[in-house]
Amino acid sequence: MTKPINQRAWFLVLPVLILVAFSAVIPLMTVVNYAFQDSFGNNEFFWVGFEWFEEILRSERVHDALGRQILFTLIILVIEIPLGVFVALHMPRKSGTWTSICLVLLALPLLIPWNVVGTIWQIFGRVDIGLLGYILSSLGFDYNYTQDSFDAWVTIIIMDVWHWTSLVVLLSYAGLRSIPDAYYQAAKIDQASRWSIFRHIELPKMKNVLLIAILLRFMDSFMIYTEPFVVTGGGPGNATTFLSIDLVKMAIGQFDLGPAAAFSIIYFLVILLVCWVFYTVMMNTGKVDG
Amino acid sequence: MAKITLRKLAHTYEGSKEQALKPLNHVWEDGAAYALLGPSGCGKSTLLNIISGLLEPSEGQILFDDQDVTASGTVERNIAQVFQFPVVYDTMTVGENLAFPLKNRGMDQDKIEKRVTEIAKMIDLSEQLDSRASGLSADLQQKISLGRGMVREDVNAILFDEPLTVIDPAMKTDLRIQLKELHHEFGHTMIYVTHDQTEALTFADQVVVMNQGEVLQIGTPTELFERPAHTFVGHFIGSPGMNIVEGKLVNNHIIINDTLCNILSGYDDVDNAQIGIRPEYCALSASEGLPITINRVEDLGKHKVVRAIYEKSDINIILREGEEIEADMNHVVFDSEKIGIFKNDWRVEHD
Amino acid sequence: MSLRLEDISLSVGGEAYIYPTDLTFEKGSMNVLLGATGAGKTTLMRIMAGLTPPSSGKIQWDDNDVTGVRVQNRDVSFVYQQFINYPTLSVYENIASPLRIKGARDAEIDHAVKDAARLMKLEEYLERTPLELSGGQQQRCALARALVKGAGLVLLDEPLANLDYKLREELRSEIPAIFERSGSIFVYATTDPEEALLLGGNTACLHEGRIIAYGKTGEIYHNPQSILAANVFSSPPMNFAWLTKYGSEVRIGGALTAMGGFRDLEDGVYKAGFRPNHMGIEPELNSVAFEAHLKSKEITGSETFLHLDHEDDHWIGLIHGVHDLPLDQDHRVYVASEHIYLFGVDGELKRPAPYMEGWF
Repeated sequence: MTKPINQRAWFLVLPVLILVAFSAVIPLMTVVNYAFQDSFGNNEFFWVGFEWFEEILRSERVHDALGRQILFTLIILVIEIPLGVFVALHMPRKSGTWTSICLVLLALPLLIPWNVVGTIWQIFGRVDIGLLGYILSSLGFDYNYTQDSFDAWVTIIIMDVWHWTSLVVLLSYAGLRSIPDAYYQAAKIDQASRWSIFRHIELPKMKNVLLIAILLRFMDSFMIYTEPFVVTGGGPGNATTFLSIDLVKMAIGQFDLGPAAAFSIIYFLVILLVCWVFYTVMMNTGKVDG
Repeated sequence: MAKITLRKLAHTYEGSKEQALKPLNHVWEDGAAYALLGPSGCGKSTLLNIISGLLEPSEGQILFDDQDVTASGTVERNIAQVFQFPVVYDTMTVGENLAFPLKNRGMDQDKIEKRVTEIAKMIDLSEQLDSRASGLSADLQQKISLGRGMVREDVNAILFDEPLTVIDPAMKTDLRIQLKELHHEFGHTMIYVTHDQTEALTFADQVVVMNQGEVLQIGTPTELFERPAHTFVGHFIGSPGMNIVEGKLVNNHIIINDTLCNILSGYDDVDNAQIGIRPEYCALSASEGLPITINRVEDLGKHKVVRAIYEKSDINIILREGEEIEADMNHVVFDSEKIGIFKNDWRVEHD
Repeated sequence: MSLRLEDISLSVGGEAYIYPTDLTFEKGSMNVLLGATGAGKTTLMRIMAGLTPPSSGKIQWDDNDVTGVRVQNRDVSFVYQQFINYPTLSVYENIASPLRIKGARDAEIDHAVKDAARLMKLEEYLERTPLELSGGQQQRCALARALVKGAGLVLLDEPLANLDYKLREELRSEIPAIFERSGSIFVYATTDPEEALLLGGNTACLHEGRIIAYGKTGEIYHNPQSILAANVFSSPPMNFAWLTKYGSEVRIGGALTAMGGFRDLEDGVYKAGFRPNHMGIEPELNSVAFEAHLKSKEITGSETFLHLDHEDDHWIGLIHGVHDLPLDQDHRVYVASEHIYLFGVDGELKRPAPYMEGWF
């Protein structure tokens, strides 16, 4: 049954609004401020309108970074979501020691700070002292993520998969656990194939958590900064310079505050837009089924 | 379709010392409707799961016709089951749900369609065939589960695990009748698990009453009502259940606390007897019988229930609609024909 | 002490959940809200409790307007269909919890808890936690907690729905007795007409957000004011057939019927209704006979349910005793004319069943 509308509820939201104003809106306004002005130092600013935005939108360098970013996020989603679901499907269904051990092991990567993850893989992949790099090169592979852009991509993708697939697994597993036994028994009796069980029971029941998983993984991977920065620093060349790395280079490396601010705003709007699209799609598919 | 035989069947769950199901021999005749009736935790679901093949018994055998299926799974036994909560495939329409078990068995498209149409008509879902199953109300979804159970013509038995739990009382009658008619129509062997005596008695030809892992009586509804084999059956069947008063039987005379109540025939003497009499067969009286204290009278529309106490035993008396209670009626009389004598809770037979 | 709902209604986004409703509950009374799932029973209870503010109307507690008062500050306890207890606290502490919140003295708490535990037959289990109890005991624990709180208004939302049939039967005959003593106002929601009859007191029949009948439980049952009310408060449902009277000719369904009990009736078209338990298979004095097709029958051991088709209507007969009538045949069934209610074409009661005369 639907809750009634109560205008007083807005008062309850007030503290959050204030908090959000300080944590998000006010900093954002500062960025907006930079985005429309230019300065030659001495704290003197003048109005430039949409000039910075046009510059960013036309910038080859930003286009390249965006292309890399989209490719990276797509690859991440294509690998992590099915892999996470696959692992979740093969976890023990009943509670027990094994389940607990699995869950703890899975949760481990999620508990490691991001820059530590970066450092681990940076060392792990090194040809001279890293376990992975050393083994690969001694097996005769020409592997070197600091020189070869393909190797750099592979390393970063594997790192991200290692770091975040657990999240997808945990969410999917929670979804799977909520399916009553009767469904599996009914399916057995109906002689449903393994695929049918997945397609008609597990997937529909997991749908909501999976959409949340996709949304979370999209946002995080689209904004990824720390790990690739620690591992490759955006290199070799610009091969792993994703949007956020490019943004930081522009803002702090070159001190181009105006374009960087415009860049931030566009970046923010893109993420907001995609999330909104996602959210709407999610809610609507829910409605059609409900 | 098949006859199902249970041979010395018993089950103890792993890690438990107590038998969840005590040794049992029984034959489920082909095409009959059975109910397993008992309170929560009496072992009825354990028995059902053993029959359906979801659980392997720790002792004994189960035979379909003459074939030992003790170790076979659900699929090989070729049974259908309807669960407590409606199980429907959300991604499919009502029609696809009904067709699913047939499709998985590789039946012709034409045959499937014909059969689905037929079943949909039987369960009154013809008009909803193309709607999504997930949007329907609980009772319609349960009908789909029911239909999926019926759709295969060759099933050995259809098992029901408290299928009306989530259905409103008004719809329960509807579904019950539909089930009854489906049984009448198709003649499948049906086994129905429930804690609700009305469902069990109205559905089944034979009711199996269970308590604490033990089968206490198997009989027709009338037998269970008129001649319960155990005081628990007397108590569990009927609403309110059978009245039980402690007394003794001397020379076929029922004596309760030195009061001579009824005279029977053909019994041996019983010292610590339990006198069982259904509320339907008790009558109020001004002077005869046992003195009672009336606590309250409940008007249930079609009849009244008088809740009274004799010494420490509860005595319930059912009055038909229109029967009045006079102010001086403070005694109860039992109908001798309908009295059951029990000893240590089991019925004492007579000549 | 009384609870008065004045013109209470609730609509959300243009959709009405509760239509304007007036109800008054007196101190020490048992009030049943009877209706199918989704009829608005729970919503109405939530409004009474203060969990949902109504869109319009007032709630008066004695003579104070409590419409806007929060649930925490009202004198209310609520028992749900699910067994809701504090899982980590013992049964004793569960029952004691409302008194601890009030800051009662230990001796007082001990006394009250033991009292309630005795009434609810929980004395042996006081040291256990709720999850170590059976379903029936868990719900007894929740009921004991509501009892101990001594609230002026106790709301019970289908408290027995998740229990075994036999346990339900036991508890529902205990509940009125236990609660009558406490002097609070009880509101009990149920989907089961038989439960309403067992609880007694007053009954309000709900249908799609409207109260369609309200009064003494027995009276509402025996004297339904409309077809709708008769259907909500009848299990199995009432049987109906068209009745026409022109001059000295009375027809029920297609068949001519003796004038008998219909002599004083005005000419016109009526819907005749009678309850399943008033159907017989043998003629009685003044009974009306019908030909009906027997589709299926159910035998409970003491009674027989007949499911019949009479013209376009489905009928259910509840016959005393065991009768093995052959299926798929036409049978003659009888109803005493004194058991026939007559409703107008609009569904309103035109003439109560004569057997009722002088009952109320």
